[in-house]
Amino acid sequence: MDPVMRMQGVSVSFDGREVIGGMDMTLPVGEITCLMGPSGCGKTTALKLASGLLKPDKGRIELLGKVIGPETQEDELVEVRKELGVVFQGGALFDSLSVGQNIAFPLKYCRGIEDPESISKMVLDMLEHVELEDVRDKYPAMLSGGMRKRVAIARSLVHSPSLLLLDEPTTGLDPVTARHIDQLVVDLCGEFGFTALVVTHDIVSALGIGDTLLLMHEGRIAWRGVPVEWERSDHPMVKSFAQGMVSVGRTGGEKM
Amino acid sequence: MNLLSWIGRQAIELFSTLGFFFIVGLKAFTGIFSGTWSKEDLFEQLERVGVGSVLVVSITSAFTGMVLAVQTLDQFVRFGATGYIGGVIALSMVREMSPVLTGLVVSGRIGAAMAAEIGSMKVTEQIDALRTFGLEPHVFVGVPRLLAGLVMLPVLTLFSFVIGITGGFLYVAAHGVNAHLFRRSVEALLAPSDIYGGLLKAAVFGVLIVVSACGQGFMAGQGARGVGTATTKAVVWGNMLILVFNYVLSSLLFGGIKG
Repeated sequence: MDPVMRMQGVSVSFDGREVIGGMDMTLPVGEITCLMGPSGCGKTTALKLASGLLKPDKGRIELLGKVIGPETQEDELVEVRKELGVVFQGGALFDSLSVGQNIAFPLKYCRGIEDPESISKMVLDMLEHVELEDVRDKYPAMLSGGMRKRVAIARSLVHSPSLLLLDEPTTGLDPVTARHIDQLVVDLCGEFGFTALVVTHDIVSALGIGDTLLLMHEGRIAWRGVPVEWERSDHPMVKSFAQGMVSVGRTGGEKM
Repeated sequence: MNLLSWIGRQAIELFSTLGFFFIVGLKAFTGIFSGTWSKEDLFEQLERVGVGSVLVVSITSAFTGMVLAVQTLDQFVRFGATGYIGGVIALSMVREMSPVLTGLVVSGRIGAAMAAEIGSMKVTEQIDALRTFGLEPHVFVGVPRLLAGLVMLPVLTLFSFVIGITGGFLYVAAHGVNAHLFRRSVEALLAPSDIYGGLLKAAVFGVLIVVSACGQGFMAGQGARGVGTATTKAVVWGNMLILVFNYVLSSLLFGGIKG
């Protein structure tokens, strides 16, 4: 089966600085791929490339059958974007809309559903999936960080996208809420059968939910494998990243 | 050399900003017929721009009309031209003061708010979120605001005509000018073309305010500072464009010596 998204030799530069350099990445159908790496290594840029929000300076991206290259025009990407669900780092919920209206948004604009009763039913169904039935009429500013992430996940899935892209879904959350979000992603992936790319620097999260793990370093994929291979790996980048995460925890612990 | 490079940089920034405003305006105008914008948002914007500005436009117009009366009454009485005072106040309000003041008030009030809102949407990735739903942000965000500016500025300006002329009348009436004389003077000097010209100016100002506010919002840099800078620039650009276009439109509509 063709992968949902395939990057080949993709490079992107900002202000003359190469952020992504010759990157190759494939997202197999129905799998959760976790893209890890330290801050500033180009993870979010890679996610924006995978979602078609950014175009590559070099190379090509096949996204749901549509080829995106440096010359691709913005209006050529409209239809393929409607098949995506994107959860941004801060949720990116629309402040001026209630939770219910936020979740209804893709139904109206990606699927063209106008019937209020159908929309209301689908919104409620989605809110039940993320266990937030009571917040439909609240506004994003009235929600906690974890609730906003769950609403963002609900909004990204309500129109049944083929590919879900999550940017740091557990960042800024306490460990309990973070694991709850992880479980939600795994459960929903099993139920809806979508393919997912999760960008994260949370190793615990990646090992818990990822079918495939990718480690980025300075704009390139430095390592790829499955969670079991990660734990056994002698790759210097893997060790360095894993140890870096541990040492930060120890320093914090000693200070306490 | 430094002065030259500074002038060069300013010129580049000026033309690139104007170019971006033009693109934003063009996309919003052409997007009106695409249907990929929210009707609910249009009603919200009509209320924000129109209803929300009525009080401040009323106060500004009433006192401007009164100040016009204060400045002209003594001179007109001295030259025995009391019979023209109503017409002069009405002409000043309808051709210049009402459209310009309404534009400047709305630019300060609504232009700033629009730029801050769109800037915040950009910083918090809501603009990117719109794109992931297959929407063009310049159309989805721009069209309701553009239509609100285009419709509500003339409505507010019409309101300002009435309030401003009434303010001027109240001042001169309090100083002994006959109400019938005032009305006759207004009828004699004010032509329908003056009203149409004033309303046309207001519609153009409405577009300029929205285009500069949306343009600056979309160009906002990162963080609170970026949003703050965009807000300030939106008001500065909006006011500047209103005054420049006011001269151009006044020259085209009312300029020259007519018989």
